[in-house]
Amino acid sequence: MVSSRILELKTQANSESCFDVEKIRADFPILHRLVHGKPLVYLDNAATTQKPQSVINAITDYYTGENANIHRGVHYLSEQATRDYESARETVRQFLNARESREIIFVRGATEGINLVAHTFGRQRVRAGDEIVISAIEHHSNIVPWQMLCEQTGAQLKIVPVDDQGKLRIEVYERFLGPRTKLVSIVHISNVLGTIVPVRRMIEMAHHRRIPVLVDGAQSAAHLPIDVQALDCDFFVLSGHKIFGPTGIGVLYGKAEWLEEMPPYQGGGDMISSVTFEKTLYNVIPYKFEAGTPHIAGVIGLGAAIEYLNEIGLNVVSQYESELMAYATRKLESIPRLTIIGNTEEKASVISFVLADIHPHDIGTIMDREGIAIRTGHHCAQPVMNRYGVPATARASFALYNTKAEVDALAAGIIKVQEVFKG
Amino acid sequence: MSDLRDLYQEVILDHSRRPRNFRRLNHANHRADGYNALCGDRITVYLQVEDGHIKDITFDGSGCAISKASASMMTAALKGKTIEEAQALFDKFHRMVTGESDSEVGPVNLGKLAAFAGICDYPSRVKCASLAWHTVHAALEDKNEVVSTE
Repeated sequence: MVSSRILELKTQANSESCFDVEKIRADFPILHRLVHGKPLVYLDNAATTQKPQSVINAITDYYTGENANIHRGVHYLSEQATRDYESARETVRQFLNARESREIIFVRGATEGINLVAHTFGRQRVRAGDEIVISAIEHHSNIVPWQMLCEQTGAQLKIVPVDDQGKLRIEVYERFLGPRTKLVSIVHISNVLGTIVPVRRMIEMAHHRRIPVLVDGAQSAAHLPIDVQALDCDFFVLSGHKIFGPTGIGVLYGKAEWLEEMPPYQGGGDMISSVTFEKTLYNVIPYKFEAGTPHIAGVIGLGAAIEYLNEIGLNVVSQYESELMAYATRKLESIPRLTIIGNTEEKASVISFVLADIHPHDIGTIMDREGIAIRTGHHCAQPVMNRYGVPATARASFALYNTKAEVDALAAGIIKVQEVFKG
Repeated sequence: MSDLRDLYQEVILDHSRRPRNFRRLNHANHRADGYNALCGDRITVYLQVEDGHIKDITFDGSGCAISKASASMMTAALKGKTIEEAQALFDKFHRMVTGESDSEVGPVNLGKLAAFAGICDYPSRVKCASLAWHTVHAALEDKNEVVSTE
């Protein structure tokens, strides 16, 4: 056991030294284009990531040589498409280390995953006077579905506050957990501050009181290895397009015992085992939650994206990205009149900043003319903006293909912004 | 390819740094709030209208350089104008920033506002330049809801 772990660490160390960012960049065709006549510097990965050629090929190959509906035809193409679709489910299972592949539900994205839980688990179990715990650094997609559920049921939202650095106040969280708490739904990595939330500890605390926990992994799945069994989360959601896969596809992981108890989300084909006008019997999980023809090409593309990540290894990615983050943080901190919003020790992939007196939208436009893509605005997290007293921020967010040279370009772009507004 | 200086002209930078008529107008008889969800610009426009003339016009709020400069220059341009003249100026300005403007010289002279001509090359910024104008439009029509550029 011990020796195998040492071996594992050694292999990891070897592959770290092998991490060749230029080789990775060669896999992403879009990274070689120009924007406004300048090389693209893509630093908007928290919004969506670029796609490697293998993902683009998987989607093209499916439509070129395999397109058919799944789970119903007896003909060759349908069987092949079904096999590929279900094999992607197994790929996702391994990626998240779920116990069983039937715990993997394909949805449109993290947003739909959360809405599914709110509609099914929520409507079944949440009543007036109950409480749902979220945090002050959630994306709108992990706020609004719960607000809607609260409006319908008379339940209440409890918001775990955040300190000035961007760290959740765990002692307040602990006080919130009580007999009325029906669910905790918490972000894994903040899309604005980059805070890595200590979800494992928070899940443990909730489970002491038998409270289930949903983890919003939209921002984490491309940056940290995920093990849903080690986390012991009850639900986990992710979006394919943020982990180098296509848009319109995502994953809801749920423990089988919850998924089996929950009522269906949408009605239609594929989610039934028999239908008469008197009574319909629902299909088993995961199919119970996959009504209608799914996004087959998207699922196959997502499978290809995960295989791509597996080849590199998320441990290696995570190591490389933390070095890049440290470099970028030092570089940006050295720029006068620049303030970084979010300074927790545990931070990944995202740096939000403001420049005194210069609105982020102006920063974004000037950067764009330099070929640098960053996000500016409220990042679908208006409560976070209010908490830190800014109307908006500029945000650079990184992925495995970004380089120190691109961080230098970002810093040079910021200096250019300051020059335009000098005076 | 347009140069950044086409967008951030000196007159625009000047108005964004030192916005004119940037205050609440206590004796306003028309007002409206505008909000640009994309960048979080918030603006309130105050008007004092008498006998079909804009006697006074001010604004406050927060926003990007383009929206602040546009609001500032708009108030300077509209003060003393009749409602009809203001409407004509709004139409002309709107056509210019959305790139519909033709080169023919019409009866309406945009004056300094022509500095915003370069913005039609920056589609995501057109809303910033037009927010104040849409807000004035709403204020004159006494619409009660917040104007959104969405």
